[in-house]
Amino acid sequence: MHNKTLTELRKALHQREYSSVELTRHFLERIERYGIQLNSFITVTTDIALAQAQIADKCLQSGNAGPLTGIPLTHKDIFCTNGVKTSCGSKMLDNFIAPYNATVVEKCQAAGMVMLGKTNMDEFAMGSSNETSFYGPVKNPWDTQTVPGGSSGGSTASVAAHLTPVATGTDTGGSIRQPAAFCGLTGLKPTYGLVSRYGMIAFASSLDQGGPIGHSAEDIALLLNVMAGFDKRDSTSLEHPQENYTTHLNDSIKGLKIGLPKEYFGEGLDAQVGKQLDVAIKELENAGATLHDIQLPHTYLAVPTYYIIAPAECSSNLSRFDGVRFGHRCDNPQDLMDLYKRSRAEGFGAEVKRRIMIGTYALSAGYYDAYYLKAQQIRRLISNDFTEAFKQVDMIAGPTTPTTAFKMGEKIDDPVTMYLNDIYTNAINLAGLPALSVPAGFVNQHPIGLHLIGNYLKESRLLNVAHQYQQCTDWHKATPPNFV
Amino acid sequence: MPLQKEDVEKIAHLARISLSEQDIPVYTHHLSDILIFVEQMNSVDTTGITPMAHPLDAVARLRPDIVSESNQRDHFQTIAPQVEEGLYLVPKVIE
Repeated sequence: MHNKTLTELRKALHQREYSSVELTRHFLERIERYGIQLNSFITVTTDIALAQAQIADKCLQSGNAGPLTGIPLTHKDIFCTNGVKTSCGSKMLDNFIAPYNATVVEKCQAAGMVMLGKTNMDEFAMGSSNETSFYGPVKNPWDTQTVPGGSSGGSTASVAAHLTPVATGTDTGGSIRQPAAFCGLTGLKPTYGLVSRYGMIAFASSLDQGGPIGHSAEDIALLLNVMAGFDKRDSTSLEHPQENYTTHLNDSIKGLKIGLPKEYFGEGLDAQVGKQLDVAIKELENAGATLHDIQLPHTYLAVPTYYIIAPAECSSNLSRFDGVRFGHRCDNPQDLMDLYKRSRAEGFGAEVKRRIMIGTYALSAGYYDAYYLKAQQIRRLISNDFTEAFKQVDMIAGPTTPTTAFKMGEKIDDPVTMYLNDIYTNAINLAGLPALSVPAGFVNQHPIGLHLIGNYLKESRLLNVAHQYQQCTDWHKATPPNFV
Repeated sequence: MPLQKEDVEKIAHLARISLSEQDIPVYTHHLSDILIFVEQMNSVDTTGITPMAHPLDAVARLRPDIVSESNQRDHFQTIAPQVEEGLYLVPKVIE
């Protein structure tokens, strides 16, 4: 049951080969067997899952089932779940029982999907390795000595090990695509504003975007159908008509113009990853796409710009954690200042504190123009690079990450080295574009990802290209040997 | 290094985060590294470039000024560290 695609699961449920309760129990058993070893879950919601599965089975029996009724999923622990702990990977929210549901959670529930649990993540989604979680690092099922990527590492490790068929994640600077690449999965960051941010704990509000993670483009297209849509409760939600993202999956990609930015294939890209990527791009050419050299001249500024804008927004967003209304509060505060300072010092981990402090500095009097304003201006230049590129090509292809998954502990003590891991992904969030990572082979038994970047609201085309690629390759069907 | 011990103490105070004496050198080192790294931004002239605050340059959506939410104070206060009669309690502010 756990190796099936969503379409196969749907068929089996509708034909009563097994019930949603049986399917749910099967995944809960796998979580029990492998979850602790991978540390990919913060909370397993067994009772909720079984109750939702029973409701789904009734819908299936009475013929009121939708496409994903009865299919299990997990939510990244950044999405608020009513009555269920929502920690965001932080000690600050270790005691936080969300009093309402995020829109994404609400939508998945309304679609009849079954929540298996809440997955581990870098603290407040700040990290590229899942090592900053208060609940400890997540392991990569392909090689448990390496990181699964971050910040949605619990989601990707769980899907890769077949502990859930699909998962939700969030991507502020690569947090869906990078762990998807490291774990051999397909993960999409939609256009900024396509998926509601309501109830998704804010890190950097102008960059944060929720999205689906799964094995194949078809699976995540089905989940995106559920997740996407205008939400009046999110002030930056796009008023975009609802699309069916599976409609164009089987379209031909003949004549598709793919741009290859020279900046993505130069220094910094691991030679073996580059070689494997060339093979993947050749497959797209064989399927009818044409390849074009393009330039994105401000690429080298994406990471520095991101690491001013994201911390600036984070310092503002995380000021709500004050030990007064919810979350961690220190013992015996001497006065109000002591309450704030110690609650925050005890509640936040090192990386979160670093980013809050960088952001505080960048926004402080006398430094605002030199850092924050400057970064916002460069953000415009980076965005303009893409606008120019999309006048020449339909899509951009490159690597998702410069290397395969790195060893645990290798970069955690050197923030700047860790940040450079986001070199190909940060710019996409700054511009607000949609992009996905598809499994494109292995280097020394470690998965690599092909990064496809589309113009605004071209999710359907991106998924189409990824699906066509997956018709001529089977990298997305590979399973880590110890989690068969 | 762009930051000294005193700078980090001031930033930590502005951010309302207490740092122990032993933490300060580590943060001074890491924050300085990050600031040196972002110096690259100065390699490009941005005179006259309009800052970009929102990816799609959208502006805030307006809505009619009508009540849309019900009062859920008691529900939201069940997760508060300390409340009394509907109020959040903090250490005494005014003597």
